[in-house]
Amino acid sequence: MHTSTLIILLLGLMSLAYYFGRKRSLSIVGGKIRDLHSLPSYYGLQTAMWCGIPALILLSLWISFEETVVTGIVVESLPQELQSLPPERLDLVLNDVRNLSKGDIVSSTVDQTMQQAADHYSSLMDISHMALFVVALSVAILAGLWARRTITREQRARNRVEKAINFFLLSSSTLAIFTTIGIVLSVLFESMRFFQQIPVTEFLFGLEWSPQTAIRPDQVGSSGVFGSVPLFAGTMLITLIAMIVAVPIGLMSAIYMAEYAGKRFRTLAKPVLEVLAGIPTVVYGFFAALTVAPFFRDMGTNIGLTVSSESALAAGVVMGIMIIPFVSSLSDDVINAVPQAMRDGAYGLGATRSETIRNVIIPAALPGIVGGVLLAVSRAIGETMIVVMAAGLSANLSANPLEAVTTVTVQIVTLLVGDQEFDSAKTLAAFALALVLFVITLALNMIALHIVRKYREQYE
Amino acid sequence: MNDTSTAKTGLQSEAGAAMKQNRTAEGTVGEVYVDDPRMTCRNVDVYYGEKQAIFDVSLDVGKNQVISMIGPSGCGKSTFLRCLNRMNDTIDICRVTGQIKMDGQDIYDGGLDVVPLRASVGMVFQKPNPFPKSIYDNIAYGPRIHGLCDDKQHLDSIVEKSLQRAGLWEEVKDRLDQPGTGLSGGQQQRLCIARAIAVSPEVILMDEPCSALDPIATAKIEELIDELRENFTIAIVTHSMQQAARVSQRTAYFHLGKLIEVGETDQIFTSPRHKLTEDYITGRFG
Amino acid sequence: MNNQQQHQKTMERVQQGLDRRYRKERHFRWLGLGAIILGLLFVSFLFITIISNGYTAFQQTYVKLDVFYDPEMIAPIGETDPEVLSRANYGGLIKASMRQMFPEVTNRREKKVLYGLISTGASYELRNAVMSNPALIGSKAEVWVVADDDVDMLIKGHIDLRLPESDRRIKDNQLGWIHLLQEQDRIEKRFNTTFFTAGDSREPELSGIKGAIAGSFFTLLICLTIAFPVGVAAAVYLEEFAPKNRWTDLIEVNINNLAAVPSIVFGLLGLAVFINFFGLPRSVPLVGGLVLALMTLPTIIIASRAALKSVPPSIREAALGIGASPMQTITHHVLPLALPGMLTGTIIGMAQALGETAPLLMIGMVAFIVDVPGSVMDPSAVLPVQIYLWADSPERAFVERTSAAIMVLLAFLISMNLLAVWLRKKFERRW
Ligand SMILES: Nc1ncnc2c1ncn2[C@@H]1O[C@H](COP(=O)(O)OP(=O)(O)OP(=O)(O)O)[C@@H](O)[C@H]1O
Ligand SMILES: [Mg+2]
Repeated sequence: MHTSTLIILLLGLMSLAYYFGRKRSLSIVGGKIRDLHSLPSYYGLQTAMWCGIPALILLSLWISFEETVVTGIVVESLPQELQSLPPERLDLVLNDVRNLSKGDIVSSTVDQTMQQAADHYSSLMDISHMALFVVALSVAILAGLWARRTITREQRARNRVEKAINFFLLSSSTLAIFTTIGIVLSVLFESMRFFQQIPVTEFLFGLEWSPQTAIRPDQVGSSGVFGSVPLFAGTMLITLIAMIVAVPIGLMSAIYMAEYAGKRFRTLAKPVLEVLAGIPTVVYGFFAALTVAPFFRDMGTNIGLTVSSESALAAGVVMGIMIIPFVSSLSDDVINAVPQAMRDGAYGLGATRSETIRNVIIPAALPGIVGGVLLAVSRAIGETMIVVMAAGLSANLSANPLEAVTTVTVQIVTLLVGDQEFDSAKTLAAFALALVLFVITLALNMIALHIVRKYREQYE
Repeated sequence: MNDTSTAKTGLQSEAGAAMKQNRTAEGTVGEVYVDDPRMTCRNVDVYYGEKQAIFDVSLDVGKNQVISMIGPSGCGKSTFLRCLNRMNDTIDICRVTGQIKMDGQDIYDGGLDVVPLRASVGMVFQKPNPFPKSIYDNIAYGPRIHGLCDDKQHLDSIVEKSLQRAGLWEEVKDRLDQPGTGLSGGQQQRLCIARAIAVSPEVILMDEPCSALDPIATAKIEELIDELRENFTIAIVTHSMQQAARVSQRTAYFHLGKLIEVGETDQIFTSPRHKLTEDYITGRFG
Repeated sequence: MNNQQQHQKTMERVQQGLDRRYRKERHFRWLGLGAIILGLLFVSFLFITIISNGYTAFQQTYVKLDVFYDPEMIAPIGETDPEVLSRANYGGLIKASMRQMFPEVTNRREKKVLYGLISTGASYELRNAVMSNPALIGSKAEVWVVADDDVDMLIKGHIDLRLPESDRRIKDNQLGWIHLLQEQDRIEKRFNTTFFTAGDSREPELSGIKGAIAGSFFTLLICLTIAFPVGVAAAVYLEEFAPKNRWTDLIEVNINNLAAVPSIVFGLLGLAVFINFFGLPRSVPLVGGLVLALMTLPTIIIASRAALKSVPPSIREAALGIGASPMQTITHHVLPLALPGMLTGTIIGMAQALGETAPLLMIGMVAFIVDVPGSVMDPSAVLPVQIYLWADSPERAFVERTSAAIMVLLAFLISMNLLAVWLRKKFERRW
């Protein structure tokens, strides 16, 4: 609430600044707008920008680093023996301190030093908040006043404002680049740390996956095996099933829509099919776990097969259903891009509709369709909720769709949800998996987009 | 109307009355009917949705003849041509009324099948449209879908013969497995002609087959049309009057969806009877 | 061979093959129709499953109790101090009332089972009633209280009575009591207001989606305030100002690829950058909104660019021709015309964000949170995550609540999409 009050105050100040800047520019020329270089509103905007932007930048920087700085100071003041704890343990202690200061821990036996630290922490936080309030508001007011003072009749306010806006536009467009860099760096760094503990070759080619590391060194049990092959095999199996469902149905419905369906039918059926695309994946996951998986299991029992209740089949089929509209709308695009002349050529020879479609349209549209299918594959590989809810956790290396397999995304979720220490191989493994996932989907997308673009150009 | 009636009287004075009267139609100057027709069209109207594109056209296409259709852009030549093998069926909003017969059989009869119809009335389009397949497969496509060949050898011979007839064999015989889209524009158009004659149709419709081609390629195709006339009946739409004069025996002049005048090519180009025809031919408009 | 004969032969062959070809044609057509019908069946099957499972959650079983607001158990008559009132033993009132109705139950174990028919939330209802009206103390009243979820399931017919007793959540003695209650008209199904006014709870009958809806709202708010201006700005830059060079090509490729990066990867980005690097708290809508903003940005940029592209150049030329600066041209003429298209894209992006789950799991939005969040910095769940959490719960009663929450989510999504369609239709312009 505190920050939002500040933001609202700043916004209020900005509107004031706009008003005064505008008024000032008018009073300089005595109301004769033509004597000004730019329209008065530009002077207002300029003043408002000076008033708001530095303060807002300060605000976001402050909030970003407040926690880190305050924590640092608190650590300094901790007793020596706590300070010299290994980083993971220190993190836990600090977490307790934070919770304590918020009053989240209602335990009767609170350590004296902890309580002190917590008090210290909350008082520092309060000071920081107050300071931010004062500093941000004074920066806003001073900068606004200064900007108002500098207004002259020759000042090129419009150009300056436009320059600022242009800068904003440019930086907005580069945000996409920064996001990518952010993804790559964050995933890469943690993966590097993972690969310092576990060799890359073991990760990429190991046939066994069992990430449960011991919590205490003396604990019996596994020390964690990180061979990712079963995960990728499981992902591929489910993706394959999904494609077997989605590609024929999606493609055939696109063909029917484009080549056979009347206008009425198309306007009715198309949106209904597209509903499938708008349904959140968590709903599909629920559907898979609640209805489809038991259905396959019972059907298996009826014909004497043992089907796991978390079978790859159920997850794959539901994922296939989810991808149908994706495949069909991409195929629809490429089929419609096939020039009419091509169709005429076949019809003119006396080909039937299906012959025209099978022998001329599909071959002509094939690159586009392949591109679309690749995009769909990348989508299936990265899909998370359906498999989290309907596929298993055990890393079986199996090609049997009736068994439970696990996937890369399922493992990322299980490794990262819940309590975690940020340095264990277990947590870091999730980032390594994500790195591979990112690289694979990126490569698939690049290839698919390239193919589709080439296809488009061919018929442009 | 005035023009027509005067033209009619002119005609009557020229030759024996009763017979020639039979050969004309309302609204059209010249000899609409021929003695030995392959296709006969009577009172054809074509609508695109609400809009009428062809008005009451009657015309015969004679056996082993080339008939050319000329007229200003948008006058309905392509539309009319496409009626002859029911290519208009592929356009949802298009509706055809009247009667079109081929060898005495009404092709718009409900029971008639478009597949065999199009097998006997082939079509070549304005823009060459080879399939994105090999040259061989382009030619073999028609025979294959219609089941015309018994074995590979037979198919090979059909392909070769068609390419030879289209005058393309020498140029492509070494690269039959390369994509048809890799040929030059003129070669592609001859490929499309070869593709059309591979199913041995009786009639070939050509919609401005040379409009995308250079003069040399055009000359080759014109030569080809002349040779094909021995075996096929050809209807060709063209914007080039020289071309019409060179390749066709009869010429039909369309204007705003109406068939204005039809007759022997020589006669149309030397002494058109209708004012509009004359204006068009002498280049006063169009 | 004469062409005439050749043609004759051809036509014979063609006629021979016709039946077979038309049969194939029909089959192919059926195949296509079948695919569409299959798709439509999937849609309807999905909806039927969800709705048939979920509609019962909008009702909740209540039990009528005769409660004596015993001064001995609460506070002396006339007591108004909220402190005292709130600490009183209201559970005891309910137990007393139950004992009174079923005097024959004496065994301690049985009594516990008997009390279990009523939800633990019932005592809060009594407390609220007393605290808002202390005059109740000492009086007797008929009170409708929430039944336990197992009773609720029984009344709604979700418990299979043919199962052996040991496999049932409702035992035979409970069945008997419930029958007695039913005979006395003490059991009734009412509209389930709790579902819309409560946060999450371990008890199905006390759980609701208000917390999740508030969380979704704050998350989307953050997402929208960041993604919309930035997305539009990026689109304007790329479409109107960017020079054609490698840098802009790079940005383009980047945007297209980002649109297809698995959403879970964005979650990891959020975890590594916002939580571990900037030290923002876990589970809060602020971080969720930031992550979703990055995720929906490509969608919005792509849609906005399409909208800008559809504004004809003649308008730009006209504005530039009368001496407007490029920026004025854009802000005065191009943007207003492109705005409906941009809004449509943004709504679709927001719908996508509203349904997104995986990245939010990564930034800790899966915590069990009872309180309804009041700001973007309060820990909260969002609607799809709530669905995920409930779907994981073993109680039968959560199945119907999950389905009901899905119905609410789908209702939001469908109305957002309809809004987008309406916007597009309304402002659609053919130049
Ligand atoms: N698919 C269609 N839908 C609607 N109207 C059409 C369609 N095709 C043609 N028309 C209309 O029918 C009329 C005749 O068109 P047509 O293509 O037959 O002319 P054309 O004589 O072949 O012209 P060109 O010499 O330019 O090829 C035109 O007015 C055209 O606008
Ligand atoms: Mg034409």
